[in-house]
Amino acid sequence: MDAASARREDLHASAQERVRSVLNAHGRLGRRVDELADGDDLYAAGMTSLASVNVMLALESEFDIEFPDQMLNRSVFASIDAIAAAIERIQKA
Amino acid sequence: MQESAVIPDPRSGLLDDIRTSIVGIAAKHAEDVDARARFPEETFAALRDSKALSAAVPRELGGRGLGLRELSAHCAALAHGCSSSAMILAMHHIQVGCIARHGMHSAYFRDFLRRIDRDQLLIGSVTSEVGTFGDTRSSVTCVERQGERFNLTKDATTISYGKEADALLVTCRRAEDSPASDQVLVLLHKSDYRLQQTSGWDTLGMRGTCSPGFKMTSSGSIDQILPGSFADSSAQTMVPYSHILWSSLWYGIASAAVARAASHVRGEARKRPGSVPASATHLAKVAAQLQSVRHNWQAVASEFDALGASEADMQALLGIGWALKLNNLKVGVSESAAQIVHQALQIAGILGYKNDSPLSIGRFYRDVLSAALMISNERIASKSASMLLVFKDDA
Repeated sequence: MDAASARREDLHASAQERVRSVLNAHGRLGRRVDELADGDDLYAAGMTSLASVNVMLALESEFDIEFPDQMLNRSVFASIDAIAAAIERIQKA
Repeated sequence: MQESAVIPDPRSGLLDDIRTSIVGIAAKHAEDVDARARFPEETFAALRDSKALSAAVPRELGGRGLGLRELSAHCAALAHGCSSSAMILAMHHIQVGCIARHGMHSAYFRDFLRRIDRDQLLIGSVTSEVGTFGDTRSSVTCVERQGERFNLTKDATTISYGKEADALLVTCRRAEDSPASDQVLVLLHKSDYRLQQTSGWDTLGMRGTCSPGFKMTSSGSIDQILPGSFADSSAQTMVPYSHILWSSLWYGIASAAVARAASHVRGEARKRPGSVPASATHLAKVAAQLQSVRHNWQAVASEFDALGASEADMQALLGIGWALKLNNLKVGVSESAAQIVHQALQIAGILGYKNDSPLSIGRFYRDVLSAALMISNERIASKSASMLLVFKDDA
């Protein structure tokens, strides 16, 4: 079992924690992800638009979702909370 | 009813001014501008007389408040006479657009917009920097705040018309501890900065844009920092204005070259009335290409102008759909325009190849080759490739 599916098994892992793990691997932030609060601005923390595409791809894989085009903008990926809220909207739709 | 519909604009007809008079002035001096790689001062004196430099300033602040459909028509028309003049006008409108669309809540920037109109100020741009490798969305240098003042130095690889500009809009990091991508735009007045030239501008084309490298040192008041973040003003204004206005002037260069090719074809036809010259068929194919380029930039300009200042519309400009649309416009038009000029040269033949012939296409050819390089198409294609991995085109 790989790490991603292990996390999917863990029903207690919050969306925010899974988003953090994706950001850790793909966000290329100037700061450590565990130093960021859930509401902190990821772009101010150094995420580039190119890195955000990799984050989107990894989130689509991690949560087995597809972001509709209207969600592919800066504000949806501006913070850990914003990403988790967007994922919840997709999962509920 | 809108104000514009009831009160005639005393300064209307700017496009007519450009087409009937200013483009002629630009064309008259274009060879000298090109040969000496000098600033097209005659064109800009005429543009100032027509108050063209405040075309993008909102009406309430004295300007014409024109959108991209009209501004791009100006650039396309001017490029017929002098590509460098059109490129400088485009770059100026891009800077004014950033201030007009992102500075309206600041009394300081509103006042500056009035001054652009009153004094017909020419605004330059300082986005490039040693160490960022052409990526405008990252900066090395930063605003160094000291109370209500700041210092800002920048080692710019290029500043177009840096010596001739009346003010500069500069990208830099927001603060000393900001990452490379957390940028702001800073307005510098001529009295705020000093430029030390670090390289030359002896290029194949676009020689009149006078774009060498400079080391810039400056200081100013923190009011001069444009509110908000460059991440937003870049996606919402600088990138769309750049790609649409540049595309329009590249079209203008291509259409000027085709006009000379067509003139050659008509000359051939007059020699043998009753038979269609072979070159006319070639011209017909090029005319079709030219039309699709024109429709490309006009359509994107109209689509952009149809967006309002609402939160939803401004958000749309931050999305991947618009980023891809603008990338496609830039790459498509820059490649097509160069191909069209190449075909125009094939049609005009040796008369187009000669520099001293009235049908000469050499300058257009050299100028249009810059299109694929200014923000390299390779870089744009790789960004588009990455965005297409998540874009579903489900709109």
